[in-house]
Amino acid sequence: MADTKEKKLTFFGCIFNGIIPENPILVLMIGMCPTLAVTTSVSNAIGMGLSTTAVLVASNALISLVRGITPDRVRIPIYIVIVASFVTLVEFLIKAYFPALYESLGIYIPLIVVNCIIFGRAEAFAGKNNVINSIGDGIGMGLGFTLGIIIISAIRELIGSGSIYGFTFVPENYRAALFVLPPGAFLVLAFLTAIQNKLRLPSATNKKDGCNNDCLHCTLHKGTTNVEEGK
Amino acid sequence: MEFIVIIISAALISNVVLSRFLGICAFLGVSNKVETAKGMGIAVIFVIMMATAVTFGINTMFLEKTGVFGIDLTYLQTIAFILVIACLVQFLEMFLKKFIPSLYKALGIYLPLITTNCAVLGVALTVAQDYSNFAKGMAYALGTSGGFCISIILMASIREKIEGNDIPESFKGKPIVLIIACLMAIAFTGFSNLNLG
Repeated sequence: MADTKEKKLTFFGCIFNGIIPENPILVLMIGMCPTLAVTTSVSNAIGMGLSTTAVLVASNALISLVRGITPDRVRIPIYIVIVASFVTLVEFLIKAYFPALYESLGIYIPLIVVNCIIFGRAEAFAGKNNVINSIGDGIGMGLGFTLGIIIISAIRELIGSGSIYGFTFVPENYRAALFVLPPGAFLVLAFLTAIQNKLRLPSATNKKDGCNNDCLHCTLHKGTTNVEEGK
Repeated sequence: MEFIVIIISAALISNVVLSRFLGICAFLGVSNKVETAKGMGIAVIFVIMMATAVTFGINTMFLEKTGVFGIDLTYLQTIAFILVIACLVQFLEMFLKKFIPSLYKALGIYLPLITTNCAVLGVALTVAQDYSNFAKGMAYALGTSGGFCISIILMASIREKIEGNDIPESFKGKPIVLIIACLMAIAFTGFSNLNLG
């Protein structure tokens, strides 16, 4: 990853980067809470993924716009207010236009605020790059996140309730309900990461400097150095 | 009795980590050693209790229709609560550093991590939406954070035990931790048949 650091960032480069090389779920392994919680069905996953993408693009754009006038010491509270405002907006929109989705996602919609991906990108990317690239990064990371949770939810829905996006494939007697229950989420993710390890695909699990569990000071990005601990 | 039911069902039946998936990052990341898991668990109990008490007050005093402004501002919950939690954690850190250095030493490194622990915001929002009684809300907060503490300590103990085991190469690291979490979640679903009367 270090050799790509010097490359010039382009809009489409940023989008691609988020979808494949630095996929937030499959490679960086961040934003695990919604990943496990809402992946019981593909439709939930799409709803969650797209709402997160919307918040991510908007907050990345705004944070990048105000990065010149944001004092370093108070940047975290500013990021929090920006992200929380967009999450509230998205929550209104979902409530108004997709009430069924609002019901099934429940508390996980306001919890987009504390999704590690959003703060991670704000801190690692949007606070340091221009608006166009930040929007690209937001789109890429958002779509990467959506893709990741769609893959997990497709596996869970297929094995657990025998269907994908509501279309039934597996007859009733051959389903394992465990997979739509909480343990199934852990199991699917465990096997996905094990397969990645086996194939030696890049992932935060098979390198030393993985997720440090400190989303506000996320370092999971090429060339990212924590400038200052904003306390 | 009612309080015991609330606490037990929040801690065991719908365990915050294993069945509601809140606070997964900390659960998977800070469970290497029992000692650190204990610190994290206690810090989370501390912060969740404080945060729930403060956000409950703010919600009833300012945001609800019966509050001082007389208008329904509950849609501001997300923004207000996350700001309150972030401030509270910072404040708590400064306070402990100044007045109770021994506790600061024990909890200090975990406190900044807790701001983005979704369990804290999750509990604050659930209490604000579902509980109108302060004492019951606090009981729920205690049960939930206690459940987090129990599961992270259990996880850390298991991880310490399997440290020297012969784990298949591709399952080393995160995958085996997720498998343990899966087995723990299966065990915890057993509590769902608990008859609390």
